[in-house]
Amino acid sequence: MKKIALLLVVIGSFIATVSCEKFLDVGPEFTQDAENYFLTPQDYELALIGAYDLLQTSFITQWIGEIASDNAIAGGESVFDSQGLHEIENMTHNAFNNELRSVFQFNYTGIARVNYIMENKDNIDFEGKQRVLGEARFLRAYYYFELVKYFGGVPLIIDERLGADEVTTIERASQAQIYNQIENDLAFAAENLDWGRYEKGRADKGAALALLGKVHLYQDEFVDATIAFDQVIQSGSYALLSEFSDIWPVSNENNDETVFDIEYSGLEGGSYGCFVCLEGNAAVGFHGIRQYDGPIYGDGNSYNLPTEDLYNSFASGDPRRDQTVLDIDAFIATQPNPNSITYAIGGGGHTGYYNNKYIKRQGEIGLPDNDLTSPVNYKVIRYADVLLMAAEAYNRSGDDGLALPLVNQVRDRVGMPPLSSGGSQLTEDIWNERRYELSGEGYRFWDLVRTGQAANEITGFTPGKHELFPIPQIEIDLAGGNWQQNPNY
Amino acid sequence: MKNNYLLCFLVLFLFGTVELSAQSKTISGKVVDSESGEELPGVNVVVKGSTRGAATDFDGMYSLDASTGDSLVFSFLGYKEKIVVVGGTTLINVNLVEDIELLNQVVVVGYGSVKKKELTGATSTVKGEEVTKLNMPRLDAALQGQVAGVNIATSSGSPGGSSVIRIRGLSTFGDNDPLILVDGIVYDSEGLNALNPADIASINVLKDGTAGIYGVRAANGVIIIETKKGKKSESPQVEFSGYYGMQQTANRLGLLNASEYAVIKNNAFANGGQTPPFPNTQIGEGTDWQDAVFQNAPVQNYNLSVSGGTDKATYSIGGSYFEQEGIVGGDKAQFERYNGRVNFTLQLSPRLKFRNVFLFTHEERSTLPENGIGSVLYNTINAYPTEPLRQDNGKYSYLDLVSDIINPLAQMQNTHNRTWVNKFVGKEELEYSFSDELTWTNRFSYNYASVDEKVFSPLVWYGPGKAQNTALNEDLDPTLVEIADSVFIERGASVYEKRDTYIDVTFESFLNYSHRFDDRNSIRATLGASVFNRRGEGLNATAFNIPNNSVEFADISANQAPGGFLNNAGSFQFEERLLSAFLRVEYNLDDKYLLSGILRRDGSSKFGENNRWGIFPSISGAWIFSEEDFWNSEVIDFAKLRMSYGISGNDQIPNFAYRALLDGEGTYVFNDVILQGVAIGRAANPDLKWETTRQFNVGIDMNLFENFTATANYFVKRTNDLLFQPQVSGLLGTSGAGGFAPFVNAGDVQNSGVELELGYTTKPLNNFIFSVNLNGAYLKNVVKAVPDGVDFIPGANFGVGGNVATRFEEGFPIGYFIGLQTDGIYQTQAEIDASGVEQAGATPGDLRFVDQNGDGVISFGDDSDRVQIGSPIPDFTFGLNLNARFKGFDLGMNFYAAIGHEIIRNYERQQPYANQLDYYIDRWTGPFTSDDIPKVTTGSTRNTEFSDFFVEDGSFLRLRNIQLGYTFPSAWLSQIQASYFRIYVSANNLLTITGYQGFDPDIGSNGGPLNSGVDYGFYPQARSFMGGFSIRF
Repeated sequence: MKKIALLLVVIGSFIATVSCEKFLDVGPEFTQDAENYFLTPQDYELALIGAYDLLQTSFITQWIGEIASDNAIAGGESVFDSQGLHEIENMTHNAFNNELRSVFQFNYTGIARVNYIMENKDNIDFEGKQRVLGEARFLRAYYYFELVKYFGGVPLIIDERLGADEVTTIERASQAQIYNQIENDLAFAAENLDWGRYEKGRADKGAALALLGKVHLYQDEFVDATIAFDQVIQSGSYALLSEFSDIWPVSNENNDETVFDIEYSGLEGGSYGCFVCLEGNAAVGFHGIRQYDGPIYGDGNSYNLPTEDLYNSFASGDPRRDQTVLDIDAFIATQPNPNSITYAIGGGGHTGYYNNKYIKRQGEIGLPDNDLTSPVNYKVIRYADVLLMAAEAYNRSGDDGLALPLVNQVRDRVGMPPLSSGGSQLTEDIWNERRYELSGEGYRFWDLVRTGQAANEITGFTPGKHELFPIPQIEIDLAGGNWQQNPNY
Repeated sequence: MKNNYLLCFLVLFLFGTVELSAQSKTISGKVVDSESGEELPGVNVVVKGSTRGAATDFDGMYSLDASTGDSLVFSFLGYKEKIVVVGGTTLINVNLVEDIELLNQVVVVGYGSVKKKELTGATSTVKGEEVTKLNMPRLDAALQGQVAGVNIATSSGSPGGSSVIRIRGLSTFGDNDPLILVDGIVYDSEGLNALNPADIASINVLKDGTAGIYGVRAANGVIIIETKKGKKSESPQVEFSGYYGMQQTANRLGLLNASEYAVIKNNAFANGGQTPPFPNTQIGEGTDWQDAVFQNAPVQNYNLSVSGGTDKATYSIGGSYFEQEGIVGGDKAQFERYNGRVNFTLQLSPRLKFRNVFLFTHEERSTLPENGIGSVLYNTINAYPTEPLRQDNGKYSYLDLVSDIINPLAQMQNTHNRTWVNKFVGKEELEYSFSDELTWTNRFSYNYASVDEKVFSPLVWYGPGKAQNTALNEDLDPTLVEIADSVFIERGASVYEKRDTYIDVTFESFLNYSHRFDDRNSIRATLGASVFNRRGEGLNATAFNIPNNSVEFADISANQAPGGFLNNAGSFQFEERLLSAFLRVEYNLDDKYLLSGILRRDGSSKFGENNRWGIFPSISGAWIFSEEDFWNSEVIDFAKLRMSYGISGNDQIPNFAYRALLDGEGTYVFNDVILQGVAIGRAANPDLKWETTRQFNVGIDMNLFENFTATANYFVKRTNDLLFQPQVSGLLGTSGAGGFAPFVNAGDVQNSGVELELGYTTKPLNNFIFSVNLNGAYLKNVVKAVPDGVDFIPGANFGVGGNVATRFEEGFPIGYFIGLQTDGIYQTQAEIDASGVEQAGATPGDLRFVDQNGDGVISFGDDSDRVQIGSPIPDFTFGLNLNARFKGFDLGMNFYAAIGHEIIRNYERQQPYANQLDYYIDRWTGPFTSDDIPKVTTGSTRNTEFSDFFVEDGSFLRLRNIQLGYTFPSAWLSQIQASYFRIYVSANNLLTITGYQGFDPDIGSNGGPLNSGVDYGFYPQARSFMGGFSIRF
């Protein structure tokens, strides 16, 4: 008895530990494994939604595109509130900047999600697959374009997910290689997508061509740019709205001027703990007036405050000034009970001006925390921008005759007299027109850089350095420390 | 108080069980110490096999009824039990022999037990009564300062709040909780709330490599808790005890009153170039928000237990009720606990024994937002004194001048968070003895918990622009949500409910063998296997438009959400398993030389196939050199040298971390509808394995001068292959929502230290007994390596959106504080100009930062001028217990001290109108007015950059409990047929000596090792005054 029992226990324990390997094979339930996916058309559609998700991190670009330029200061509760933005405002930013790190991380995450689809693109065939792949490659182009604007040449990862061990061997590609990939992706997208959006919020052929034109313009490839823009203009799919102020309200989204929007919703709450999780547009609430208590607007965090320089740049009588920049004290003075309206000044700076295009308004408030969950879409490219970019491309490729009607279309909409200049004067006029038309929309800094005006317009801007932002040092380290930092950082 | 049913039941039960004793003669006598002849008060005298018992009074006298032939059992702590059979005489005087420091006391060490004398590992024991006596709501709180090397810091002082238990320091980035076993059943440390301290018989802490018998889960040490059991052939002992007390805050912050506030704000606005807001600063005291928020709150506890046994069975049955309200929030921060316990052992046959343990707990807890930005106390500190509590219309005031700081009273009123926990823990165990030498134990244990939570969020309006508002306006109109083009629905009050259930099942089978070969050699061995399975499931939902905006209807079933458009639901489930075999062999030569070896093999489902199995060996030995022939010291009665070395593991990471799952968040909006797509969550690491801890320990145990004990240990504990989710390259694309870096094994941490435990007890002299127990530990924690490519792991932020203030970095303690060092205040512009250091924006009255790298510039944008300015880990911790007894009176004191750590003062919101601490009264206001406190300004300033200005010494000494009791003499007791009756008054946290300004220096962490020592307005532990009693029949 004794020996048998002993034997049983000994045998039992060894059977248990040696051959019961299966006992430990516990799989997660109701969750799909990444290696066993892309089996149905639906799988591709869902993965594509995941790839779109990262577009919603555009709030950083809405900030940096303005704050880095002469258009805005960082603002906020104190100079430590998003310190990275304050450093960018002052052109004292270095390779230790949380906002820039987010740009790097978010855009590569978008790219990884597209690459996950592309890695598996040949698994099955189905109707509509070309559209899915077209949208996916549009997204990859968008994300790489963001990266190349910020950082120049970055590592190029295409159609595969990178393993942790591969990270330390990959090199930075050249700026030209990145642009080449962007152009390929956009050409594919333009070829495989139709005019007119498959659903509100999707990239279509017009979006792909407009972005392609912009990418060429950023490389000073004016003729190529005009070819792309011309298709957009000739398509007849787009028109300027008659009222400039009608472009932004949530109720008027998806209008004729929309070429490509990033979609937001106010139907899901959010918290400061995870900006990348938000379905709302964080920039809008952040642009709100601090502790504001009054009509029309909602309260916010007083970020990204327009400068007096911007306010004063507009020609007198240009209605776009007040549509673009809110002069808060002037606004309050015109209200029925000005003394009952209050607001506070943040320790991060105050100009008296607020971004009047993307700002929290009553009736456009999302779920809590509504500073973060505005449903207001971000306009990546609107038709007025296409017209101005096309005009610039024609002008700089020597065809002022084609350029003038385009820029004057934009001026005419707001009742400004037509331009009649030519040559480099027209170039300058178009650049100025871009400021009047597009300020507050997050393009200004890169316009100044690509046109060589940055050093003249931005205090503290060092040519040969500040055209690019530094690659976050932590990203260099995590990738094995082999990458060369951008010049002079 | 909502429910007193159990208390009623306890009382009824109590009176139902008082039995009458049999008629017989009265025996009396005196009990004295065999050596000194001193009378011993409080000795228990029990008639074996009956309900009759008594205790000696302060003259050592007892009297009870017994018949001829009865056996009287005399027992007294620290003395050997003595049994005397009643003969013809009615006078029985007894000499008790001192049990030299209980060297023969049995210590439970895991799958077996061993005499204390024969222990080879570093093990500390705490007796149940030492824990019970302190009247602490939680077992872990009662353990603070009891064991050298076990550091317990409070995560929250709120009722039901937990503690952080660290055995021999922080050894990992992740889960540092020790393995906790209650009667051999795996218990999680958070769930320690569920245990009733009065049910505890003993607590043993395995600190060194000998914990390796628990293998892959032993790296953070093991705490073995035994609950109370009955004794064989003992008549039923009925014990009823309880206490009732009032609690108050032990500390308040020095905040500015209205006049001081007005002066300082005027100064700040003027310095910021703005108009001073208070033309008149003589505005009195204003509102004292702390006065309004803190309150007195009751705490109460009642226990009833019955234990005893026959010659074939023992039993111990108990029930208890505990209730505590919060000193902040009252019944909004309340905790209630009901415990039931049924333990019994049956001798089924001469060879077969059955053991049952069953513990039931029902807990209810209400909580307020605490210890974070936006917590009630954070708001209390920052609310300004010129605002009344209420507006003229009776509504709570809005604190309009500050953003995101809300009226704390309104916040408490509108917070409705409650959790309910039901927990069933138990085991069924069969022990078969083949012979005296070999037993076979089969044990089935279970731990079931259901955790329910309900959060009601009414429509509230805290004032214009407050982020916490859920209503549209002051009239509490709901916001409208556009669910489709021009289709709007109201979003009213909401309720969130969840139910999570967890069930652990363990089956263990092991053989214990002991054999004595001859006079000199003996061996003991344990061989066994264990199977563990844990399953967790949860379901949760949120529903909107609760009727009448009232908590009365706060249930999902009552929701009136149109079409259910906003309502949502979620769920989770997981399963984890562990399969183990273990072997322990102990060899004893001459009762002088002891050698023990342990081998454990574990397979864990937490890891992938590549690394699922691990082997954990340890070896330990001891030499009792006082037994050697050459030893003839008069001073040292007993001395043992111990050494151990062992390897153990830590597998506390989430399930399935080794594989990539499509559980990320890929959500986007098409056609104005939020669509859930698919994305990869955490990246995979198929080679993931457990952390490995290697620990060396050398120690010595001694008894000196008969009544002095000493234990010392030195240890070095090195943890390798730390389970990390370090930052990974952005190229991997894990930075999206729901995406996480893969877990990897990287990084090393070393803890080393010295522990000392000293005990001294006087022999009874003139009715006076005095005892002292002192323990102390020195700990050094240092990170030895971080993952490749990473310089450090960032931790907690300072302020709102501010710099990272804590780090995990090579060469520093875990979670050390990094920031700028200050060197006084710039007094004049001339001083700034002459300093030779460019400090951007510096003006007279600003903090003068130290240029660490000597490059002539204070670099705010990088680390070049930042240094270590603190560590949350104390260098030294001390516990001191003093007990004295004179005749029927007893006095006890329990002290705890932690020395040599710092705390970050992170509860000051940097807003122009936020209230401030009164140290600003002594601020810089002109040249040479202050060299410590900078000027105040609403303008742009670097003074709020994280620097040592915001770091304070966190050292403290606390009188955690002081208690004065009186035990009634036996002569008096026999009239009420009780054997023991004691009453006492007691105070907790009566005195704290510290330089720290915050509410409470005893702060742990509310979010992992890197949040340690960061004070956001910590919910302090209450000071309480209690009265209690304990009666035994």
